[in-house]
Amino acid sequence: MTTKIFIPRESTAISLGAHEVAQAFTHYLSNHDIDLKIIRNGSRGLFWLEPMVEVETTQGRMAYGPVTSADVASIMEDISQNILHEKPQSHALALGLTENIAYLKKQTRLTFARAGITDPVSLDEYLALDGFKGLQKSLALSTQEIVTAVVDSGLRGRGGAAFPTGIKWQTVRDATADKKYIVCNADEGDSGTFADKLVMECDPFMLIEGMIIAGLAVGADQGYIYLRSEYPIADEILQQAIEIASAAGYLGNNICGSGKTFNLEVRLGAEAYICGEETALLESLEGKRGMVRFKPPLPALEGLFAKPTIVNNVLSLAAIPFIMSEGSQAYQQYGTNRSRGTLPFQLAGNVKQGGLIELPFGSSLKDLIDNFSGGTASNRPIKAIQVGGPLGAYLPSHKLDIPLDYEAFSKASAVLGHGGIVVFDDSVDMLEQARFSMEFCVVESCGKCTPCRIGSTRGVEVIDRIKNDERRAENMILLNDLCDTMIDGSLCAMGSMTPIPVRSAFTDFPQDFFLTTQESNHD
Amino acid sequence: MKIEFSSPLSNVENIIDSLKNKEGSLLPILHAIQKDVGYITPQAIERIATKLKQTPAEIHGVISFYHQFRTSPPGKYQIQICRAEACQSRGSRQLEVHAKDFLAIDYHQMTNDKKFSLDSVYCLGNCATGPNIRINDDLYGRISNQRFEEILSNLDRELK
Repeated sequence: MTTKIFIPRESTAISLGAHEVAQAFTHYLSNHDIDLKIIRNGSRGLFWLEPMVEVETTQGRMAYGPVTSADVASIMEDISQNILHEKPQSHALALGLTENIAYLKKQTRLTFARAGITDPVSLDEYLALDGFKGLQKSLALSTQEIVTAVVDSGLRGRGGAAFPTGIKWQTVRDATADKKYIVCNADEGDSGTFADKLVMECDPFMLIEGMIIAGLAVGADQGYIYLRSEYPIADEILQQAIEIASAAGYLGNNICGSGKTFNLEVRLGAEAYICGEETALLESLEGKRGMVRFKPPLPALEGLFAKPTIVNNVLSLAAIPFIMSEGSQAYQQYGTNRSRGTLPFQLAGNVKQGGLIELPFGSSLKDLIDNFSGGTASNRPIKAIQVGGPLGAYLPSHKLDIPLDYEAFSKASAVLGHGGIVVFDDSVDMLEQARFSMEFCVVESCGKCTPCRIGSTRGVEVIDRIKNDERRAENMILLNDLCDTMIDGSLCAMGSMTPIPVRSAFTDFPQDFFLTTQESNHD
Repeated sequence: MKIEFSSPLSNVENIIDSLKNKEGSLLPILHAIQKDVGYITPQAIERIATKLKQTPAEIHGVISFYHQFRTSPPGKYQIQICRAEACQSRGSRQLEVHAKDFLAIDYHQMTNDKKFSLDSVYCLGNCATGPNIRINDDLYGRISNQRFEEILSNLDRELK
């Protein structure tokens, strides 16, 4: 039997040389008589080990990593001499059985169950691992039964706002209209997040299946995936997957012979962070400037082209196939309080072991860091951790004992958001980070609300004055007032949440603003 | 038999015609033109406006909103350095300084030989292995100053 060897075609692995490694293996195999077949799989999300190469054995897959093309010959010798003779690996990069790698073993992978295991565009492999099971079950249900299942699962929007997904679906289902849309928000712009990208690059059929089910549930026959253009590999893989799903009758005018219609298209953004905000995204999809809309009307009632529209994050839609296939209870049993199910956390920044960590809600941030990070990449102490993207708070090292659930984070004036965790060591200057938050808002504000458009520019100026010791005490008061104005006077999260990282910087790191702890407490 | 002459503008016409009936067709049209021509020319703006029954000002308004769309030719290699927080925590601020110094240009500029243009980008989704850069459609992780120079030297050699 031909032995399979797996080399990821996922973007992080590629950015670290996976294509070159694959070429080297191909070259080696062409010069040696070994019966091996190369499969380009997704990634397990253990990024410090990428490119991670796996070999199929009777006990499971054996891994090597991180592999460079220079390691290929010696790995091939190890495979021929040991693995193919059912002997243990003997190589400096040997990692043993992939499933036994502690980082993976400690996780609860529901959404990422298939990631890195399959060839992302192999429909057969998807079907063999429960793919389209949720769709088959949904096709036998009424629209209300599907919506009720999603409500009962407790799933909340994974884009950041954490609005109950089922309630949104109910609103769209109950709306009367000649046309409805399913829009997938794949404009994953938050720094420190890559879970959406991993779904699309490693298990695209799961997202497609989730969108088809959403379409069935609310009576929508057209879906769009609004994908950020910074993700060209996700685009390529999604296009392939959509083509394959269409050819196999999962998309189009007669889904699995049911007579139901659902068509799906990928649309690219064009480097505008604000288009991750759902109403700006809809404007962009309509071919306009990505200006935020006033709400109401809610997009659920007047969304894309003023039609009832579900706008859901990739991870929300990707959770649907599991919920429909295994039942609401199977999903709902994970988690804590009102945060049900799992969240794929993304550990990034200055850590030794960055990657995708899917866990039930509820463990503490400190435990996650202690159990997974392996310490900082620089070997210096942690000074701050920004959770929830550029609009999330910077948490100081003494405040990490916070449970990872939506409510606990809002109570601490912090943001769990899309689950991105960015670690900084003690070389970071928090005044510079606060300045960057304001600067980012200058660059990315859509310009609709004055406090966001102009306030952010003033924010940069005020922070520069504080830095240069120009009437520091007065400018601190001004900065705090400016934060209030931005919070109260901005329509969307861009303007109203930029103050969160800024305030956390001067409240929890007063020394970087040349303040005593007492001076930093303006609230 | 009709003989068709291929010119950039006729190509632009074809792109617009093939996409204009899509819902919300403007972004797909702009992407396709930029991919084909490298940037959105003033003539292209005129053509798009006519065919979509909008004013050139409206088309320009959309182009100018998005960082990606450009109205001037880019370098042969478009370098983007990620400026976002995760890359900062791994040294991108130093990389930015070095890149500008090495190429002797600032952001939104092009080298005199038109080989390289330099821009910033806010997150490439490679946040566990920064600092990251993108050159055209290729992503590169863990970029030290030295690695940056190596990659550019290799590309420079490819051009020769």
